[in-house]
Amino acid sequence: MPLRRIYLWMLCLGIIMLLVVACGGGDEGASAGGDEAGSGGGGDVTEVDPATAGKISGKVNFEGTAPEPELIDMSAEATCSEKYPDGAYTEKVVVNDNGTLANVFVYVKSGLEGKTFAPPSEAAVLDQVDCHYIPHVLGVQTNQPVVIRNSDPFLHNIHPQPQNSRPFNIGQPKQGMETEKTFPAAEIMIPVGCDVHGWMAAYIGVVDHPYFAVTGSDGSFELPNLPPGDYTIEAWHEEYGVQEMNVTVGEQQSATADFTFRGT
Amino acid sequence: MGVFENVSTYGAQVDSLYLLVLIVTGVAFFLVEGVLIYFLIRYRHREGHRAMYTHGNRRVEIVWTVIPGFMLFGLAVYQYSAWTQIKIDRPNEAEAVVLSLEAEQFEWYAAYPGSDGELGTDDDIGSPVNVIHVPVNQPVIIRLTARDVLHSFFVPVLRIKQDAIPGTTIPVWFEATQPGEYEIVCAELCGLGHYRMRAFLTVESETEFQAWLAEMAAR
Amino acid sequence: MSKQKATPSHDGNVAHDGAHAHEHPPLSFWRKYVFSTDHKVIGIQFLFTALFFFTLGGLLALLIRTQLAWPWEEIPVIGSLFYAESGGIMLPENYLALMTMHGTIMIFFFIIPVLSGAFGNFLIPLMIGARDMAFPVLNMLSYWVIVPAFLVLLAAFFVEGGPPAAGWTSYAPLSALPDMVPGSGTGQTLWLVSLILVGTSSIMGAINYITTIVMLRAKGLTMFRLPMTIWALFITAVLVTLATPVLASALIMLLLDRTIGTHFFLPDGGGHPVMWQHIFWFYSHPAVYIMILPAMGMASDIIACFARKPLFGYRPMVYSIMAIAGLGFIVWGHHMFVSGMNPTLGLAFMTSTMMIALPSAIKTFNWLGTIWRGDLHLTAPMFNALAFVSTFVIGGLSGVFAAATPVDIFIQDTYWIVGHIHYVLFGGSLFGVFAAIQYWFPKMFGRMMDDRLGKWHFFLTFISFNLVFFPMFILGAYGMPRRVADPYEYQLFAPLQPLNQFMTISAYVLGASQLILGYNFIWALVRGPKAAQNPWYANTLEWVAPSPPPHGNFETIPVVYRGPYEYASPLVTADYLPQHQQLDGLEPAVETKPVQKTAISPASR
Repeated sequence: MPLRRIYLWMLCLGIIMLLVVACGGGDEGASAGGDEAGSGGGGDVTEVDPATAGKISGKVNFEGTAPEPELIDMSAEATCSEKYPDGAYTEKVVVNDNGTLANVFVYVKSGLEGKTFAPPSEAAVLDQVDCHYIPHVLGVQTNQPVVIRNSDPFLHNIHPQPQNSRPFNIGQPKQGMETEKTFPAAEIMIPVGCDVHGWMAAYIGVVDHPYFAVTGSDGSFELPNLPPGDYTIEAWHEEYGVQEMNVTVGEQQSATADFTFRGT
Repeated sequence: MGVFENVSTYGAQVDSLYLLVLIVTGVAFFLVEGVLIYFLIRYRHREGHRAMYTHGNRRVEIVWTVIPGFMLFGLAVYQYSAWTQIKIDRPNEAEAVVLSLEAEQFEWYAAYPGSDGELGTDDDIGSPVNVIHVPVNQPVIIRLTARDVLHSFFVPVLRIKQDAIPGTTIPVWFEATQPGEYEIVCAELCGLGHYRMRAFLTVESETEFQAWLAEMAAR
Repeated sequence: MSKQKATPSHDGNVAHDGAHAHEHPPLSFWRKYVFSTDHKVIGIQFLFTALFFFTLGGLLALLIRTQLAWPWEEIPVIGSLFYAESGGIMLPENYLALMTMHGTIMIFFFIIPVLSGAFGNFLIPLMIGARDMAFPVLNMLSYWVIVPAFLVLLAAFFVEGGPPAAGWTSYAPLSALPDMVPGSGTGQTLWLVSLILVGTSSIMGAINYITTIVMLRAKGLTMFRLPMTIWALFITAVLVTLATPVLASALIMLLLDRTIGTHFFLPDGGGHPVMWQHIFWFYSHPAVYIMILPAMGMASDIIACFARKPLFGYRPMVYSIMAIAGLGFIVWGHHMFVSGMNPTLGLAFMTSTMMIALPSAIKTFNWLGTIWRGDLHLTAPMFNALAFVSTFVIGGLSGVFAAATPVDIFIQDTYWIVGHIHYVLFGGSLFGVFAAIQYWFPKMFGRMMDDRLGKWHFFLTFISFNLVFFPMFILGAYGMPRRVADPYEYQLFAPLQPLNQFMTISAYVLGASQLILGYNFIWALVRGPKAAQNPWYANTLEWVAPSPPPHGNFETIPVVYRGPYEYASPLVTADYLPQHQQLDGLEPAVETKPVQKTAISPASR
């Protein structure tokens, strides 16, 4: 075969390589951790019988003196500091008017052994608004889609630091951008921060069942649709640590569990 | 340069050096390119014309080696004093406003000495993130460092730039001549937020500066 | 490969007489075309591989320019292909990966392989009258070591975290810590491995080139009768041999810091980040001369040929290349003026850097002297070679600003530097490569490229190139930083967006213009007119061999009687006098300005 034709073949090979890189390079940078689909649990999904299901509900009270809220100076990010004419404060300890504690993550720690639950298809949303996260504490189920949205008109980066899943770090430069991730392993709790706005902090609690809640402005929580049994539930707060409680839920029973965290 | 205002005492020197290099290289540029284009037209192929047979000219070689050589060497030596003034010499710390500046992905953290006059002690006054204030017409010394990777402190209107290195503290000095709020640019690739690692330098009167310091100390 | 010893006729330049000097058993397809030890085949393997990476690197550049024109806008077609997860827009970490891979690919996988690997391999034995390199098997290995390097680097696009994003300069600690930027995981490690392989390939080639040029020159071919192409490749090979091992050690140290917990460049543990810069730039500054010297040599030969005139100042030209190479080892600190290096060193490096402009200036004057009173045939290769000179001058002059340390405080890490490097590398080396491809294509492939297409390609490229890169000096004077995915976040640089958009449009034109060259190249391979043995009526020895040369290159090894630049010689009526042509001494001298039709007629359509 004349040499020239060999060179033509080599050229064709080169063009094919170019196309392969072009098409295959579609994964470029996309798979930055945390989004491998989990195995979805090994066994059959547990069906909860509504005829027998009960629930646990309660309040998280706060006693004592709440610490002085810390002021955040956002003057370097004018678009955000304008939104807080009375000042922006950290959300480390948020005590409600009725003496209850917000942003407490409550979940079933044990009692569900042997049961598997399908992750909901509905996504949980973590939004970045006016340079803070909404919500401050988010609960999700393993492999549930988590949509992280940037509602601010400038760069935030999502930088969670999980221990049990792969950490990731993704820039969101544009307003309205959404990134979808999943967490394949349970963890209490994953800190989330933004490197561009260091005061931003949120926590994500990942459990492999749907029985979790975050207390809101009335300090209450509810874990409905729970099969009857003996459970240990845990309440987590970022400043005051964790507290456990054993609760038994009978058929169709609404059990109450109240927690009290004390300030110094 | 010259494109923005210059608000630094040594900025004018930097700008005039830029201008000098611009003139020298500009003349060289027009000369060389002009000659090139002229030759292209003048000596393009014409029927019956033969090139001149010459292998060179020693005298011309010497001339165009020695003259540019002296010019280049002179240009270098001429700039020694400006460089020395900006990067080697420093005002006395006792007569300057001293602050520490730490860069970390992707924010700048400044701190001022408290009433004990020392940096690195408990009564240091922290500045809000990405904010630095300095008084006008006074020498300022910044103790620059980084906490994680390389960053670089660049203030275009001051004509100063210095890389921030983790594990090392580098003193950077300047004296601002005009009040105002100026942008600080991170000039060394430091990660995905590099493009937005922006801070603000406020230059203000001594009174305003002290008032601001007091307000920060109270927080 | 142990069969090598059984076929002595492959061992370099064993003197052969006779029509065909090689009696050996016919080689299999694999030994003949894939794992060939013939320097011409290896050279062309390097050429095609390098051109593939040139295309890839160029496409990455267009993406970079797109982001700088319209940050965070959805990119048509490409956005849905590569950035679907983020809604068709590029993320900041993608931008950093793009510019890292653009620089890495263009430097290590295009320019160095095309100049030293492709043209070095193809031309050296031919121009010195040898049958092949001194070490043909080592030569074959040098290509097949670089192939895994390519594959490893391409793999970096596909791994988790994506390609490295710390720039082609890969400063520590950003590159040393695995979680500082997406891409500083596996991608960065693959980058390091790939570059270690590339360095190995380079050193293998360099050893071969030095030995071949020193030992295998034809009879009568003294060192000062070598064409500038060979001098440049020779000195470049010396640079490669001395500098590349330093890069390899830096890469290995960084790899160790990343994997087994050493602290060469990490301050926690006693290391120093600036040490990476010192070791890296100690190689990478000579590297930029590795990237330009061969192009300078080739431009000299091409200009002399198409000016039909001897090279002006041959010895000063040779000494200038040596001076550039030597001084190139003592200027590396000019990349580090604001790095935190001892500022007193700034004075020393400013001085040495200013002085290294001098040999380049001398060369420029000599090129002008070559075309002065010449008989200029403005073919496509000539245009490209002259563009090399004119844009290299701009690149070099812009470097004087950077050498001026007080000015460099401002322009370091801004677009001034990006403009400077692209003027010397694109304007310089790349136009040199365009000239060399079109000039030596007939010898490589036995066909002629179309000269008119070549001129179209040239003019479109030259104009759009200047429109893209000259404004970078304006951006740099504004202080617009490099490696920044969206400079318009700063009020200082927001007004620069329209200029950036103009540059991006020009970049699209620049990219599209390369299609003309690609079309010309492929068309010529398939249907180009057959080339004569010496279509440019040049003097050097490669034109003695047939187009293309057979295995073994020359029927009879030529003997050399003179230097390579005897154009317009008074000894003959023709306007050229090849190195190997024997004159019987009785030919009368001819006046220097006879009425003669000169012999060049490049194929044109």
